[in-house]
Amino acid sequence: MPESCIILNATAIDRALTRIAHEIAERNENGAAVVLVGIPEIGDVLAQKLSLILSEIWRLPVPVGILDVTMHRDDLDQRMAPRVHPTVIPFDVTDKTVVLVDDVLFSGRTTRAAMDAINDFGRPKKIQLAVLIDRGHRELPIKADFVGKNVPTALSEKVRVRLGLPGREDEVVLEK
Amino acid sequence: MSWHRKHLLDIESLSTAEIVTVLDTARAFKSVGERLIKKVPALRGKTVVNLFIEPSTRTRISFELAAQRLSADIVNFSADASSFKKGETLKDTARNLEALNADFIIIRHSASGAAHFLSRVLNAHVINAGDGAHEHPTQALLDAFTIREKKGKIEGLNVTILGDILYSRVARSNIWALTKLGANVTLCGPSTLVPKTFEQMGCRVTHDTDEAIREADIINLLRIQHERQRKTMFPGIGEYSTLFGLTQARLALTKPDALIMHPGPINRGVEIDSEIADSSRSLILEQVTNGLAVRMAVLFLVNGGKGPQEVGGH
Repeated sequence: MPESCIILNATAIDRALTRIAHEIAERNENGAAVVLVGIPEIGDVLAQKLSLILSEIWRLPVPVGILDVTMHRDDLDQRMAPRVHPTVIPFDVTDKTVVLVDDVLFSGRTTRAAMDAINDFGRPKKIQLAVLIDRGHRELPIKADFVGKNVPTALSEKVRVRLGLPGREDEVVLEK
Repeated sequence: MSWHRKHLLDIESLSTAEIVTVLDTARAFKSVGERLIKKVPALRGKTVVNLFIEPSTRTRISFELAAQRLSADIVNFSADASSFKKGETLKDTARNLEALNADFIIIRHSASGAAHFLSRVLNAHVINAGDGAHEHPTQALLDAFTIREKKGKIEGLNVTILGDILYSRVARSNIWALTKLGANVTLCGPSTLVPKTFEQMGCRVTHDTDEAIREADIINLLRIQHERQRKTMFPGIGEYSTLFGLTQARLALTKPDALIMHPGPINRGVEIDSEIADSSRSLILEQVTNGLAVRMAVLFLVNGGKGPQEVGGH
């Protein structure tokens, strides 16, 4: 059993999401132009939660899409084929502000793949990035617009986000 | 998620978990075909060779489109325009293609075991697109995908495969896939084409069409494989369609939600009435659409498979 410590508990996750939602609302005055797109397996759950908070702030429904980026990854030759999730984007992204939602920002390669993937669906006016955890170690020139918590990590450590697991509290854990 | 194989050679050696992995992956790839831009860069820079030593239209085109939608480059190689006519062996042809840095070889061949053979002599990924009367794994996977999508499950369903079983690689691959996934498989057709020995594969064999289809949830019709039959296996087409063809009268005996499948090409008026093929209970064209998604999934999955292949080990 690896040594691990809790970075965020359930309350702290909710608080972070509420703050991110307010920051998204502050940055984007026209709520009607904003759509959320979550990256599975956790980002889509986070996007749903953000949508609920944002729709209360703006008093209008905020659409949520699910974007699978595995087909756009640049490391497909270096690993077993990753699990692929269906992409569901039930709206036109053209001229919208797309807020990509992911759980952990690390190398930035997932975000790059997501930006490529979203372009296959249209041409957004803007793309912004919201993440629950930024753990550093970027390999690409990518920066998040909205961050739940910055966590300095060693490369050997792992950040695990657990959300909506039966019989388990939501939490974010750093494994040494 | 369970896939470590470098090749897709047959269904027989796949585990249930591996089959389910292909079906789940194909679900994601199906939606790519519905996008504005029907293309993803997953296999960018890879070269795929369609090595079709036996004629085929739909399977070849399906693989071709699948490779293109994954951004791979694809070369088609057919027997009549090739050096087979000049006496080159399959092994030499394949090694020449590999020398051109082909990453995937998709092979259709009239000899059972051709794909397994190539997987032993090549470094490229090998995908079996039909070898003799042995197996046609992607057809079985797309059939299973279609059934699961339409019925929500496969376990416990009654699936009747009706027609020429003996000479059909589609039947063999389907029997393996469906029994592994928990369906009850019934085979039906003339006794010369549906011998009792198939019971050893875990299915029921009958020669009474009405009885075979009455409780079926899925009726999968197969064409008579004239090209593989070395002698006459039944008196005539007219008698065959009377005894084993799916007519409106027979369809009336089936459950109202029983669905009709056929791997194509269909022979209207022989194994299936023309109106049934075009009816809302026919899944024939959906099978074609799903075939593309399943073949994309297979190319994607074997690309990640690096492990030693089980072939030759048993």
